[in-house]
Amino acid sequence: MSDKINLTLNVWRQKSPKSAGKFEAYDVKNVDVNSSFLEMIDVLNEDLTKKGQDPIEFDHDCREGICGTCGAMVNGRPHGPLKNTTLCQLHMREFKNNETITIEPFRSTSLPIVKDLVVDRSAFDNIIKSGGFISAKTGSGQDANAILIPKPDADDAFNSAQCIGCSACVAACPNASAMLFVAAKVNHLAKLPQGQAERKSRVKSMVLAMDKSGFGNCSNAYECEAACPKGISVANIAAMNKDFMKAGIFS
Amino acid sequence: MDLKSNIPEGAINEKWTNHKFNMKLVNPANKRKYTVIVVGTGLAGSSAAASLSELGYNVNAFCFHESPRRAHSIAAQGGINAAKNYCNDGDSVHRLFYDTVKGGDFRSREANVHRLSEISVNIIDQCVAQGVPFARDYGGLLDNRSFGGAQVSRTFYAKGQTGQQLLIGAYQAMMKEVNKGGVTLFTSREMMELVIVDGKAKGIIVRNLRTGKIERHSADAVILATGGYGNAFYLSTNAMACNVTAAWRAHKKGAYFANPCYTQIHPTCIPVHGDHQSKLTLMSESLRNDGRVWVPKKKGDTRDPKDIPENERDYYLERKYPSFGNLVPRDLASRNAKYACDDGKGVGPTGLAVYLDFAAAIDRLGENTIRARYGNLFEMYERITGSDPYTSPMSIYPAIHYTMGGLWVDYNLESNIPGLFVLGEANFSDHGANRLGASALMQGLADGYFVIPYTIGNFLADETPGSCNSDQSEFKQAEQDVINRVNTLLNINGKRTADDFHRELGMLLWDKCGMSRNAEGLKEALEKIPKIREEFWKNLKVPGDSNNLNSSLEKAGRVADFLEFGELMVRDALHREESCGGHFREESQTKEGEALRQDDKFCYVGAWEHKGENKPQELHKEKLEYSAIDLAQRSYK
Repeated sequence: MSDKINLTLNVWRQKSPKSAGKFEAYDVKNVDVNSSFLEMIDVLNEDLTKKGQDPIEFDHDCREGICGTCGAMVNGRPHGPLKNTTLCQLHMREFKNNETITIEPFRSTSLPIVKDLVVDRSAFDNIIKSGGFISAKTGSGQDANAILIPKPDADDAFNSAQCIGCSACVAACPNASAMLFVAAKVNHLAKLPQGQAERKSRVKSMVLAMDKSGFGNCSNAYECEAACPKGISVANIAAMNKDFMKAGIFS
Repeated sequence: MDLKSNIPEGAINEKWTNHKFNMKLVNPANKRKYTVIVVGTGLAGSSAAASLSELGYNVNAFCFHESPRRAHSIAAQGGINAAKNYCNDGDSVHRLFYDTVKGGDFRSREANVHRLSEISVNIIDQCVAQGVPFARDYGGLLDNRSFGGAQVSRTFYAKGQTGQQLLIGAYQAMMKEVNKGGVTLFTSREMMELVIVDGKAKGIIVRNLRTGKIERHSADAVILATGGYGNAFYLSTNAMACNVTAAWRAHKKGAYFANPCYTQIHPTCIPVHGDHQSKLTLMSESLRNDGRVWVPKKKGDTRDPKDIPENERDYYLERKYPSFGNLVPRDLASRNAKYACDDGKGVGPTGLAVYLDFAAAIDRLGENTIRARYGNLFEMYERITGSDPYTSPMSIYPAIHYTMGGLWVDYNLESNIPGLFVLGEANFSDHGANRLGASALMQGLADGYFVIPYTIGNFLADETPGSCNSDQSEFKQAEQDVINRVNTLLNINGKRTADDFHRELGMLLWDKCGMSRNAEGLKEALEKIPKIREEFWKNLKVPGDSNNLNSSLEKAGRVADFLEFGELMVRDALHREESCGGHFREESQTKEGEALRQDDKFCYVGAWEHKGENKPQELHKEKLEYSAIDLAQRSYK
């Protein structure tokens, strides 16, 4: 289990949002296959720092696959080759000795690059702000068991609610659409009785906010589902479209 | 200065009710004239920001993450306690209160814990109203499970992602208020200094982590909800950026730091694999409901676990604690794993691991049931270790997980600096010397949704709104201090990285001030830490500059504070010559090796006052009194 591998990394380096970026190659030696992908970059960054070079900026925090902060394109795939796995949970045993790995940021005009592999995802917060909530003021809740929710509905809502907001879906989509992210939130709340009062206004506001942020439209490429580290289904998008149509026709 | 806990008069179950009536109110029309700063957007911060804005206050919410939803509350797996008694198994507010005080080894403030237990039921109602998708049964009702150290089923959960779902609920509630204009959000901002005007907390200085700009922000009150200090140990289950900086900056401006030696070691984490490990991953302790902990009876037994027959295994928790078995509180489960490994019975390549075995549960319940309960946790384990827990037992080892100590607060969650309130893990009050499972989420949300909205009004009612502005000299001075500090860090230009210093400090703390502590080791740490700190300020290397995103610079500032804080943690551990909860002093144990409290000498909160750079802090004591529960030695036998 203590295998070591050598790798060449092709990493996108970009100093600031407006400056031009380019790939730089780095040789990394003796990578422990039990270390995570981000730990591998940590080691490289320590070396770069000691050599007086700028380390590679990348977003990360919990390193447990739940905070949604990390993410980059690894050999052209958001979060790398492993299905249902965030970049921080990807381990080096998935790579071969002497492999060249290309690492670049998630790319979309709606998620502008801040530096190196770090992108600005504030558009996602703006979409949630526009309506991704149930307006239940603190203290207004009735007894929790007074609301009966059939288990299949509760499970469906939970499955949609698992989205971590990492934006891999946008990076994977040929149209840079954020439909999977938006639909996951719309369906989480639409599946629950508590979410019904604002159901129509919510879907309309959120879709409008999504369009305003410049995200593209869905053309059924299903790349988002394949890239989603939480396995959120594209069925959410169909359900959201239905809700959106209804909200438009009957309001 | 005396520590005034401001615990209301009356019987334990009437204190909060009476207090709510006796506190001053701010007229609804006047609330909009007040501005409150909330630092941190985890469970406590987001819920406070949302609730205060709903009341009509202007809230400025700050987080160092790029989005408030990234806060580390999101990673809590297991669940949230509430005394709903939906399972009809004898639970009550009093039982939750009793369990929490006992679990905290009689070092928490009784009145606060009772309030927490009372409020617990409202939290669940609130979360369900917001659309938090808790687990349900086939009748559509909420499902409950029993959780680490509890003999009733009072834990509400959403698979192994309860923290995520609760945080998203609080985040959405806050974003609703951002949409209405009541909350203004400042993301990618790190609090670098607290500003005090005429003895009261009136603002903060932050650094914009994207642009490097230093900003001054004034308000009528400041709330810190900035989490715990577990990352002082370098390796912990905390997220990479969790830090003590905001709390430490407040401490250096006069806020007392209480019980810093109370740190929680979580028993079920994935063991360390190598030198470049950056963090440890928790496996929810809900796994202990169905998993059995064991080590080989024979020392140095390297056989595959499947080849070790039943009679050559030691299920040591079931053996030593027959009535609680694998569900003993975290401190006991952790310490016993350490004993097994110290005894040479540890497993895996490093010998620093014990087994958590699901074979019996899979036999009894079937693989599908186990998959439904823990599927996501098993997948996570396999992704990290490459080993399948359905066919081979998990290897686990304890790791730093939570910190019970924090800034000292009174019953109103106000620190000794008027106008500075501290919520959630950042304060000290509710968990004593050991936190029970599923009670951190409860406390964070209790503080934010249901305590601060009342108690802050009591403070603000006597304040003139907008009495300060950020052009005052106090703000400019604090801003200049921050600029100088940033420049100093950048200009040392030595040879070692901040990470390198952090690892050195962390290993020392884990070794001397971790699961088991003694006077000799603590004194040694007290000598070594100032030397590491001295070298840090001479030999640190921070690449890049201060006017754009520079995570090395962020890290350096945080490590600088850990290097000061770590010393206080050790000093507190050295002074507390007793064992209680997560603080185990080898000099104070029973004949069976269990923690032995010294109630006659140490039944108090130790709150430390900063007395100046490189000077020892002064200890203040808040005596703990128990009126509703008898002080007793814990027993989980």
